[in-house]
Amino acid sequence: MQNLKALSYDLRKNVIDMIVEGKGGHIGGDMSVMDILVELYFEQMNISPENMDDPDRDRFVMSKGHSVEALYAVLAAKGFFPIEQVIKEFSKFGSKFIGHPNNKLPGIEMNSGSLGHGLPVCVGMALAGKMDERDYRVYTVMGDGELAEGSVWEGAMAAHQYKLDNLCAIVDRNRLQISGCTEDVMAHDSQEERWSSFGWHVISINGNDYKELKAAFDEAKTVKGAPTVIIANTVKGCGSPVMENKAGWHHKVPNAEEYAQIMKDLEAGKEAALHE
Amino acid sequence: MNKIPNRQAICEVLMEKAKEDKDIVVLCSDSRGSASLTPFANEYPKQFVEVGIAEQNLVSIAAGLAKCKKKPFAASPACFLSTRSYEQAKVDCAYSNTNVTLIGISGGISYGALGMSHHSAQDIAAMSAIPNMRVYLPSDRFQTAKLIEALLKDEKPAYIRVGRNPVEDVYTEENCPFEMDKATVITEGTDVAIIACGEMVGPAVQAAELLKAEGISASVVDMYCVKPLDKEAIVKAAGNAKLVVTVEEHAPFGGLGSMVSQVVAGECPKKVVNLALPDAPVITGTSKEVFDYYGLNGEGIVKTVKENL
Repeated sequence: MQNLKALSYDLRKNVIDMIVEGKGGHIGGDMSVMDILVELYFEQMNISPENMDDPDRDRFVMSKGHSVEALYAVLAAKGFFPIEQVIKEFSKFGSKFIGHPNNKLPGIEMNSGSLGHGLPVCVGMALAGKMDERDYRVYTVMGDGELAEGSVWEGAMAAHQYKLDNLCAIVDRNRLQISGCTEDVMAHDSQEERWSSFGWHVISINGNDYKELKAAFDEAKTVKGAPTVIIANTVKGCGSPVMENKAGWHHKVPNAEEYAQIMKDLEAGKEAALHE
Repeated sequence: MNKIPNRQAICEVLMEKAKEDKDIVVLCSDSRGSASLTPFANEYPKQFVEVGIAEQNLVSIAAGLAKCKKKPFAASPACFLSTRSYEQAKVDCAYSNTNVTLIGISGGISYGALGMSHHSAQDIAAMSAIPNMRVYLPSDRFQTAKLIEALLKDEKPAYIRVGRNPVEDVYTEENCPFEMDKATVITEGTDVAIIACGEMVGPAVQAAELLKAEGISASVVDMYCVKPLDKEAIVKAAGNAKLVVTVEEHAPFGGLGSMVSQVVAGECPKKVVNLALPDAPVITGTSKEVFDYYGLNGEGIVKTVKENL
């Protein structure tokens, strides 16, 4: 079995290279969400370059579209496009690899970037699955700052109304947004109570831990008659103390010194993962 | 006097097509009654999605359904659909290129006395400015039915605006020439080209008849396809005339008048007069009272033509 944790450190390195080469990117959220994406694409979802037109494929929408660099790294690792091309072209003039997901690229279902769209779109996808009696599952990842968008809660209501147990939302709960701590900007504590009061099955985990991620997604599949939300408590900037838990790294390009330290930390993380 | 509003014509086509096509899905935001879609909801409950009073959700859910090969028709009052869920129309429908048909019901000033919150005098401008969004304002029930049939044959996003009240027939069941994205030339003339859309086509036809009695020759172009605009039809009609008059139930900026003026200025310069609603909350009244007040009727168009010829 593949060592997903070790893989995640390599993919984080890809992200750092993308951002340095493209001179911009949402680095902190890329790092926090990486393990969620790796678990989804390498363990949970049946999505690959070979089955992109299969009506039974699982569906994924990156609602926190600004973490597209992490998604690019994962899709490249799945074989949708070469990582070298992404790193070379990201954000450059005329590039297809722009700063938010675009479905002109293989592997991307829906365009995003404006927050609060992914969950309602996934409600539509999950409803279509129910109408056609197909078994695919629908996943979306939202940021915690994103939860201030009212449309998220419109989607949450509808998912409960239509008993969409084929829908699983993940909140990348890294507790930081561009202006600072989420609780200072617009409080989101009591996540469990908020979602369960909307009729959702709620699972809270450490979102940077593969055992907990796997257990949560496996549990979600067993829930009947209600959608599931996984509150993935993560570390923004996860992988290097240079970035970890610092709001300033929401959108920042490392300088040469920081780059060297981050890459060293990520390599050390990978080594440790290989010997766990 | 026709008693069937265009919205009812939409429901009739969708019910007929849904017999064979299980992928047709109708979505409403507590608007099935206003949209005349209650019969569809009752007949095809498995192909009907109620989202409650949540227009953003309405459009995003429709986009998600479309992404999974459904053919969603999302119907909600045009005032809300074109503004409250504008970003969903832009990102989830147009930008993501999903096969969603947005149906703006009770469009323009149909809601009359309910006030500006319920008027959609900006929807042509707003929707037309979105890349990959098409905008249609059919004139009567026969054309509305043909438009819905045509939209079922492609897989691109579109916005349609229809009014709340029945409008006088412009065409007949037997004689309703329709070609997708091509304007319908109702009459041809040499003095003035009257280019109208939606509910203003009827008054334009009436004006042409009144003008004829006075010896003024008018062409009438039904520009139901506001976007993609049929430029060829504009250039042809304008080229043959001394004056161009546009008529629309819309704010004076960014609508049919602005678009026609752009084409005429660039391709065949001559005087264009835009008849539209004012840049202000409109006076309280029924559609007819409001149209009469602002000269958006046969007599008003005639007056404008005679003043400018």
